[in-house]
Amino acid sequence: MLKILRKIMATGTVTESYDVTAVPARSRGEVREAKKCASCGACSSACPTGAVRLGNDDVTIDQRACIFCGNCIEACEHGALQQTGNYKLGELSNQLEEMGNELKAKIVRTLGRSLAIRHLDVGSCNACDWELTALGNPVYDLQQYGIDFVASPRHADMLMVTGVVTRNLTQALLMTYEAVPDPKLVMAVGACAASGRTFGESYAIQGGVDRFIPVDIYVPGCPPRPQALLYGLLLALDRIK
Amino acid sequence: MIKNFTVSVNNLRAAANACYSKSRHGLLAMFANDERPINGKFAIYCIFDGRNKKEMLLVKAVIDQHAPPEFPSLTPIIPAAAWFEREINDLFGLMPIDNTDLRPLVLHENWPLGVYPMRKDFDPRTVVPEAKKEFPMAHAHGEGVFEVPVGPIHAGIIEPGHFRFSQAGEAIIRLDAKLFFTHRGIEKTLEGMPIKRALFQVERICGACSVSHTLSFSQAVESVAKVEIPERAKLIRILIAELERLYNHVGDVGNLCAGLGFAVGTSNGARLKEYLMRLNETLTGNRFLRGMVVPGGVRNDLPGELLTQIAETIDKLEVDFIQLVELLQENDQFLDRVNTTGILPYQAAKELGVVGVAARASGVDYDLRRDKPYGGYEQIKFEVPLHRSGDVAARLWVRVDEALEATRIIRQMVTRIPVTAKKLKEPIPSIQPYSTGIGWSESPRGGNIHWLMMEEENRIYRYFVRSASYANWPALTVAVPGNILPDFPLINKSFELCYACLDR
Ligand code: SF4
Repeated sequence: MLKILRKIMATGTVTESYDVTAVPARSRGEVREAKKCASCGACSSACPTGAVRLGNDDVTIDQRACIFCGNCIEACEHGALQQTGNYKLGELSNQLEEMGNELKAKIVRTLGRSLAIRHLDVGSCNACDWELTALGNPVYDLQQYGIDFVASPRHADMLMVTGVVTRNLTQALLMTYEAVPDPKLVMAVGACAASGRTFGESYAIQGGVDRFIPVDIYVPGCPPRPQALLYGLLLALDRIK
Repeated sequence: MIKNFTVSVNNLRAAANACYSKSRHGLLAMFANDERPINGKFAIYCIFDGRNKKEMLLVKAVIDQHAPPEFPSLTPIIPAAAWFEREINDLFGLMPIDNTDLRPLVLHENWPLGVYPMRKDFDPRTVVPEAKKEFPMAHAHGEGVFEVPVGPIHAGIIEPGHFRFSQAGEAIIRLDAKLFFTHRGIEKTLEGMPIKRALFQVERICGACSVSHTLSFSQAVESVAKVEIPERAKLIRILIAELERLYNHVGDVGNLCAGLGFAVGTSNGARLKEYLMRLNETLTGNRFLRGMVVPGGVRNDLPGELLTQIAETIDKLEVDFIQLVELLQENDQFLDRVNTTGILPYQAAKELGVVGVAARASGVDYDLRRDKPYGGYEQIKFEVPLHRSGDVAARLWVRVDEALEATRIIRQMVTRIPVTAKKLKEPIPSIQPYSTGIGWSESPRGGNIHWLMMEEENRIYRYFVRSASYANWPALTVAVPGNILPDFPLINKSFELCYACLDR
């Protein structure tokens, strides 16, 4: 017992606010156009998820599908693309953006100070799931924001959905969504849930989450770092200053 | 060295039996391949461990396309074949005669009868209608016996799986698991894909075993391409693979504490894992060490300053981790829960071909790094910890010992990498179509075996993955009965099996 206390005292408080720790230099985050694109197409044929969209003289990256592998950058001979450490990529869906201000304010008022989340894996590789688990570690300490994971969809305000929707989990996805009381929010976590394209087409995959249920927040990444998830959560609750 | 034997399907059992009796760790993998477009035949492949460090035995049995789509089951002589055969039956429609349990495994009640997605004439874009069948679960019968269904969606942040407990009061008398919920059909999506692109899908079979999957994949490719990777790449790969083992084991020690409500252990384990994940990202740009291992070598170098950072982090972490372990070792309430709980007997572990931590906690002394050395492990010194009691405690202490051993290997690499030549990668030449290769690695959960057959233009014809969790899932249903239901989460966590690795 004494040893336990000593360990607790010696460790002290390790919890930090979500964006204080700097991103390591090598961190692979958002890919963006850095220089004039020559439209040669090398990037788009190198991309394993079809995330590169080639315009007439520019290139855009579908952040939702990008797995941040950096293949496109290696393939580009013109140095037109660049990888940054930016992880603040969470975006609200049109549905949430276009919702009347009053309604939005109401949701934020209802859920904003204490949000209960249910995790739902509909076909992930478990990397996203582990990052959700990491949110609860003493360093990120999700509860400091009044946010927590709950055991049942019936206690939840939000679903954080990970993975491409597999054939074998479609029913579970629909039933879990049904079980969450209104008003509810859905976050598509990671490239699989957000785009459904990580593995291409298969007899066992049905696509992204928004094919089946309305999604309010997309948080890209493969997997999104815990800080990216926190950014997405706070963004949804209108708490990003 | 792989010794190949090709036999007709009628001789499969005899040939398999001969190899099995000569093998040290039994059946490593069994799968089918639709080779009708090449030679008009289906093939069943069985890979057995050989007797010595260098040897693996591969039996290939061919079934003519006009013959009945069936083969003699190996399960009566080799229990480890059971799930492999059910999978072959599901995906290829090749029936193992004499296998008494042919319930579906991979394809659930939503899949129509008679559609076999891994056959070559099944177009991956086919829209398969939704069937409404029953999924038969096994249960115990008797007076007072009742069932507890759990999942597929669990209360914690856990991957999906459905468990059906047959209970006599608090005691579990039988457990059946319905898995493959996260089955994504990755083996099919890889077919026809150039290896360069396939790498990214293989890396995403499982998050927690990303490195191990890319290692097995890359080594399989390198073996068919006959490429020897540069020395520096070997050492960096070992370092990365051991970092994967370390963060998994440290995290799992913490998670196990969550299984019995010891909060100090849980949060310390989670904190230490977080520091390791941050180190991973500093080194490779990804917290799961993704993007480092590629066929031919490694993608990025680890320069001196990063190596120094590894050494410093590991030194600090080790002290911290040992303090955590001492809290567990000296806590009687904790020990009461983990000792003698969830025993997997040696004999069962052996017959089911259990691998990794679960095997080494039940006295099965087998580790691919030492017993089938690959990728430079033959040149380094390390111990393979072994425990014999087969309970939750044994699996915990194996993890603790292996985590500490991993820190030693990492330190060896930190001193050896700087002095090796700078080269990181060899190009992959054009590979002979229809040549086959095996790649393997010891993931944090055990042996991870990949097999591939190539086609033209360095594309994949067929890919098969036997992850560690694949080998170990059936063992859970042996270790659980006889325990009380509240101990299931603890036993389950002590095996720490990936669903994604199994389901693919
Ligand atoms: S980083 Fe990878 S996934 Fe993202 S756009 Fe580039 S090639 Fe595609």
